[in-house]
Amino acid sequence: MKYFILGYAGRILFPILIVLSLIVLYRGHNLPGGGFIGGLMAATAYILIGLGRTMAQAKAYLRVDPVLLLAVGLAIAVLSGFPGMLGGDAFLTGRWLPDFTLPLLGKVHLGTPLIFDVGVYLTVIGFVLHTTFSLAELSHAEDEEA
Amino acid sequence: MDYSLPFSLAIIFGAATLAPLIFRCMKHHAKWLLAAAPQAAFIALISQAGSVSAGIPLVYEVDWFARLGTAFDLRLDGLSLIMGLLITGIGSLIIVYAGGYMHGHPKLGRFYLYLLSFMAAMLGLVLSDNLILLFIFWELTSITSYLLIGFNHEEKSSRWKALQALLVTGLGAMALLAGLLLIGMVTGSYSFSEINGMGDLLQASPWYTAIVLLVLGGAFTKSAQVPFHFWLPNAMAGPTPVSAYLHSATMVKAGIFLMARLNPALSGGLLWEYMLSIFGALTLLLAMFLGLFQKDAKSILAYTTLGVLGVLTMLLGIGSEYAIKAMVVFLIGHALYKATLFMVVGAIDHETGTRDVTLLRGLRKLMPISALAGGLAALSMSGLPPFFGFIGKELIYKAGVKLNGAELVFLGIALVGNLIMMGLALKAGVGPFIGKPNHAALPKKPHEAPFSMWLGPIVLSVAGLVIGIMPFWVTEYMVSPALAAIQGAQIEHLDLALWNLVKPNLPLLLSGVTVLGGFFVFLNRTRFWAVADRVLAAIRPYGAEALYERIFNATIWLSKTQTRCLQTGRLHDYVFMIVLATVSFLVWAIFSYGGLHFDVNWGEFDPLMVGLLIVMIIATLVAVAATSYMVVLVALGIVGFGISLIFVYYGAPDLAITQLLVETLTVVLFMYVILKLPPLKRISSRMMKLRDAVLASVFGGLMTILVLKAVNIQFDHAISDQLAAMSYPEAKGKNVVNVILVDFRALDTLGEITVISAAALGIAALVAVKVKKRKEGGA
Repeated sequence: MKYFILGYAGRILFPILIVLSLIVLYRGHNLPGGGFIGGLMAATAYILIGLGRTMAQAKAYLRVDPVLLLAVGLAIAVLSGFPGMLGGDAFLTGRWLPDFTLPLLGKVHLGTPLIFDVGVYLTVIGFVLHTTFSLAELSHAEDEEA
Repeated sequence: MDYSLPFSLAIIFGAATLAPLIFRCMKHHAKWLLAAAPQAAFIALISQAGSVSAGIPLVYEVDWFARLGTAFDLRLDGLSLIMGLLITGIGSLIIVYAGGYMHGHPKLGRFYLYLLSFMAAMLGLVLSDNLILLFIFWELTSITSYLLIGFNHEEKSSRWKALQALLVTGLGAMALLAGLLLIGMVTGSYSFSEINGMGDLLQASPWYTAIVLLVLGGAFTKSAQVPFHFWLPNAMAGPTPVSAYLHSATMVKAGIFLMARLNPALSGGLLWEYMLSIFGALTLLLAMFLGLFQKDAKSILAYTTLGVLGVLTMLLGIGSEYAIKAMVVFLIGHALYKATLFMVVGAIDHETGTRDVTLLRGLRKLMPISALAGGLAALSMSGLPPFFGFIGKELIYKAGVKLNGAELVFLGIALVGNLIMMGLALKAGVGPFIGKPNHAALPKKPHEAPFSMWLGPIVLSVAGLVIGIMPFWVTEYMVSPALAAIQGAQIEHLDLALWNLVKPNLPLLLSGVTVLGGFFVFLNRTRFWAVADRVLAAIRPYGAEALYERIFNATIWLSKTQTRCLQTGRLHDYVFMIVLATVSFLVWAIFSYGGLHFDVNWGEFDPLMVGLLIVMIIATLVAVAATSYMVVLVALGIVGFGISLIFVYYGAPDLAITQLLVETLTVVLFMYVILKLPPLKRISSRMMKLRDAVLASVFGGLMTILVLKAVNIQFDHAISDQLAAMSYPEAKGKNVVNVILVDFRALDTLGEITVISAAALGIAALVAVKVKKRKEGGA
């Protein structure tokens, strides 16, 4: 552990940040938030781990390659556009399920724009982490050289 | 609606997509499955021959970008039927042939992918009824052709020649696009079938000359007419199946096809006739002259192809009924025998290891089937009865003897061209098989090519013989509907039976002269080879290719020079130039909105915001004066967080959160980079600092004025009001910002996340190179 306090704080904050990012993602349609902000928050959670310990540790937390997140995110965003075409409307036209009520969440409405936002969320995480990990690797290689 | 046309395209595109996978699973059996795709398209097209010949074209129409005149309209008439059948019919044989020719090549799957993509693009080109759609397919054929010519990309010369073909045809395509847009502008239509009825309108328009020249710029580069001919012999760098298919039977005919397609609309003006007939004749003469000196069998064939393209263009330019008839017949005949000859030459190359016709002799006993195919094709190309080539040549002479006065020179050119072409046909198709065997001089011990490699040649060469003897079916279902399409007239009954052509008249006499002359050229072939190197070296500096190289090098020089001037490699210079350019645009923008004058109510400013602004200005000054990166970073961070506070204050929480997060991430990412940078040094001189300070102040001042003026200008609020009003009822979201992002303007967002994905990959690639270098350097 490089920095004790940062590392410890990261471990505690990580799950909170991830859950928070999901909440922000979900509520985005009606309140400030959405896939872009949620994605940035989730990426920050991983970077916090990386700062407190090592970026390798953050990578291990992520489990998958960030490139996969980019690919999956883009694919989800594209696929969410097709249901709209079924009714003869343009690509990416929104389609909604009928509202229903869940305990805890209250009135829920689900639709293709939310799926699209999930795609944005994943792409943003993939973008930030892929870039950060690459730069970290570069500075790591330089450290070794020095 | 009949789906045969989209089906034909889709099945070949589908096969192309799956080709690498199929090749991985089925190895060398893949060729049979893949060849079935164009075969299916062939059947789909030929089943329409009946209705097409009855004058009812098959149409498939789908709206695309209707406002831009682009529609996915496919149309099968006589002309596209001929081309479509050649593309799919020869295409499936070529796939099989390529499987044999490139047996064991590790990248064969990729080769099939390129070849089938080309095939689909070419088929799309001939079926398009829309100018823009045709142009899209036209470019696709150029790109796939580039990939195919440069398939052996490990060799530098392959890459150079592929690039040459791409640049020449690509430049022509730019001209073509301009020409097509002008046609659309003048006629108000982008549909061939409509435009072809508006010939008078086009010819009366002041744009007629420009249209003809631009369209011919595209057609001449694609079909390798003088002075753009040089790329075609160079395209022989591609594997032989490519040469046989793209550069003799199909792609190079695209230019001819386009001229024929637009013939009803553009012919009639003298310009069209003269351009076509004169450049066609020049191409024929030059190709035949250069062809005489070639020793590589593939080059010989390349130059005869060039000659044929010249003949076809010339005939279209002459434009009489006989000439068009001759052109259509010649086009079919040529595709059959030339593809055969290329495949035979490829088989010889494959089995003996050489294509040098001075070495190849007496192979008939060892390669009897190839010899038969090559012989039949060469005889058809020589124009001897009863082959189909004979009918084509007779028609050329028939068209020629009808000319008067000075135009008779074209008859003379056709005679000389045909005569040399026959000599070359015998040289490449017959020469290697006759004479005393000389197997010791060959790099490999020859034997007959495998079945997959003689199937295509035999089928095509026998087809040339059969339709020569019995031309009824072809004339009825293919030639006369094509004539109708090219001349824009009704379908008439044609009789091309052999016995009608074999009559003691002038054309037959000319045929006799051709045969004698052709044999003479063939028998004297060694004399030309003796002086070949000297002659070719002497004329090379004056050729079009030398000019191309000079232009190419000049372009490279220009781009290198301007790169040296503008791209100094110093971030400082880049930022300076970017800001300078922005300032000039700002000045222009401000003065087009009434100069420096603006109204502002200073009382509207909140003291809280004023305080925040003062903090931000101080932070900026600190950043400018700082001597360590850390201070710069923190100072800029203050500015960024200040901006997000402003967003919060004016009620834009989404923006504020985003700004806050981005600011945080930027600081973190900078940390990784900055810690590795050398310490900040003062490298700018006092003058430079002054210059930068002036520019920065002007930029900031102008930006401020622009914003203040923007507040005064009353923009239309309708759009934002409407979006806010529709947000909940239409898109079930109360957060308008998010609704715009994921619903109203979701396509924009999709574009943005695609861009950031590409950026992430780019950054990672750059870093990976650097990391690798460091590791190698350290080790």
